[in-house]
Amino acid sequence: MNDYNFAYLDEQTKRMIRRAILKGLAIPGYQVPFASREMPMPYGWGTGGVQISAATLTPEDTFKVIDQGADDTTNAVSIRQFFEKTAEVETTTTTSEATVIQTRHRIPEEPLTEDQILVYQVPIPEPLRFLEPRETETRKMHALEEYGLMHVKLYEDISQHGHIATSYAYPVRIEGRYVMDPSPIPKFDNPKMEMAAIQLFGAGREQRIYALPPYTSVVSLDFDDHPFDPSKAPHCCALCGAEDSYLDEVIVDDEGGRMFVCSDTDYCERRRAAGHRGAALAEDAA
Amino acid sequence: MYVAVKGGERAIENAHAWLAEERRGDPSIDELSVAQIREQLSLAVNRVMAEGSLFDPDLAALAIKQARGDLIEAIFLIRAYRTTLPRFGSSEPIETSDMQCDRRISATFKDVPGGQILGPTFDYTHRLIDFKLAADGEIPDAAEVPTDPEPVPHVTGFLNKEGLIEEALDDEEAPRDLTREPLELPADRALRLQALTRADEGFTLGMAYSTQRGYARNHAFVGELRIGTVPVEMDIPELGFAIEIGEITVTECESVNQFKGSKTERPQFTRGYGLVFGQTERKAISMALVDRALRWEELGEDFVGAPAQDAEFVLYHGDNIQATGFLEHIKLPHYVDFQSELELVRKLRREAGASQVQEAAE
Repeated sequence: MNDYNFAYLDEQTKRMIRRAILKGLAIPGYQVPFASREMPMPYGWGTGGVQISAATLTPEDTFKVIDQGADDTTNAVSIRQFFEKTAEVETTTTTSEATVIQTRHRIPEEPLTEDQILVYQVPIPEPLRFLEPRETETRKMHALEEYGLMHVKLYEDISQHGHIATSYAYPVRIEGRYVMDPSPIPKFDNPKMEMAAIQLFGAGREQRIYALPPYTSVVSLDFDDHPFDPSKAPHCCALCGAEDSYLDEVIVDDEGGRMFVCSDTDYCERRRAAGHRGAALAEDAA
Repeated sequence: MYVAVKGGERAIENAHAWLAEERRGDPSIDELSVAQIREQLSLAVNRVMAEGSLFDPDLAALAIKQARGDLIEAIFLIRAYRTTLPRFGSSEPIETSDMQCDRRISATFKDVPGGQILGPTFDYTHRLIDFKLAADGEIPDAAEVPTDPEPVPHVTGFLNKEGLIEEALDDEEAPRDLTREPLELPADRALRLQALTRADEGFTLGMAYSTQRGYARNHAFVGELRIGTVPVEMDIPELGFAIEIGEITVTECESVNQFKGSKTERPQFTRGYGLVFGQTERKAISMALVDRALRWEELGEDFVGAPAQDAEFVLYHGDNIQATGFLEHIKLPHYVDFQSELELVRKLRREAGASQVQEAAE
């Protein structure tokens, strides 16, 4: 597949994307418009993340792709194969070995380091979109720091349900300035966003890039009397026994019986390799 | 016992192999050639070129074959290919008044210089299934006349001479390029037309139809519809002048819309414009109507809240490659977000249940 340039995109396009990334890093949380290209995979399937990865990868990088926390979900496989073919970079499923990690809907459980870049796929970059559908309006609201509408929405949730009824894509405020969509990660992952790695967000269809430099302040919106709660299922992983990881619920039989397992497959495998056993495996052994 | 679902890689390979087999269909039936598609499904080819924004009938035909006849999929293939092509310059604006017309009609005048040419149209066919086509029937020869080498003048030009229609201003400014810059609003007319010419035919048709039914009605006449070939010229810096690099088929529609006037200006007709690759007249007429509806602001009309007047609505939702990608992405796994919703709903139900029990007790 060497008919294409390294990592598929031509150098001019990569330069344009890198400029948008740099601008994004300079104004954390601000959505930078960029001339998103038509990629050979559909819009909505990670074209924003793919373009950022293409502009970020160097031949020396080691690349990891996860979707829903797992390395082997079909779209993660497809994106990994795309860069194996077009960039011939090394790929890995081990979080700590990767220098660039492209993700959809999760942040790895293992803390990332200063040598790593986390690239998010973003469907709708605008946190205010479902409160105000017009881009012309929401850009004004960001410019004027006019976030009252968002607080009213969260307040209405509390008055109606007793809780803030947002469980993923939970809005965050960056360095006390921009309200930002963290992409549809579960709110469980929000506290991890204050991290050592660079975080880059790409929305291909919506033609936006935004970014967080290392150790940027990321505050999940809340109220003094209703503090943010990064909840998860009240279980531990049935395979590795982890109590601190985000869990997927899997239906295992016709009776609706279920088990809970780590969504981060690498984390779970690593723990099992280290000898940790959850309830399901303990029974097998018995 | 559940093990984490593995084997996404093999599943994808197998799916692709099966897809290839299904694409070919029954191998005892002759395979379609790209030339057959190009020649015999030419209107599909035209649509793929128009919405794919790439004039290449052979490539469009190949894309249709690869996409098993799914035209949006074929358009996607063309777009993804197009974006990898180097851009080495831009052509001079085409002159549609120099068009060699295969078809040229005006609904506003009974006869016009250059004549009314019906051309190869379905318009007056009776839509009866032609069973002769199922058996390979020979087609009768169509009558031929020598083409008139004289250029065919634009109908709206005649209205222009009398000042009856607004001037179409040439601002000499190079338009922005939708495929090289992010779409930012407000979009000027050139940019809107760019978006419309590659917008989904069905979407554009629906928008145009809504204006006819009263959602920002602007009563359009087809002042002129012409289909034919025009030369494409490009300025070659080394030569210092423009040379013809090829010829393309386009469909152009100029609509003549209800007049307006103000205290300072006498009443006159207004324009809507459609220009699309290939023989694509449904699309070109739709485009002209939507263009006209989007011009409400510059023409001093009221915004009545109609979808077709709303540039942000039309421009952000007309592209079928963006739309289909985002629509279909909901097939991808979403179990992490769903899990967080599950937990929230369970929690809310638990608390609602508890408060109901308490209310009953009180």
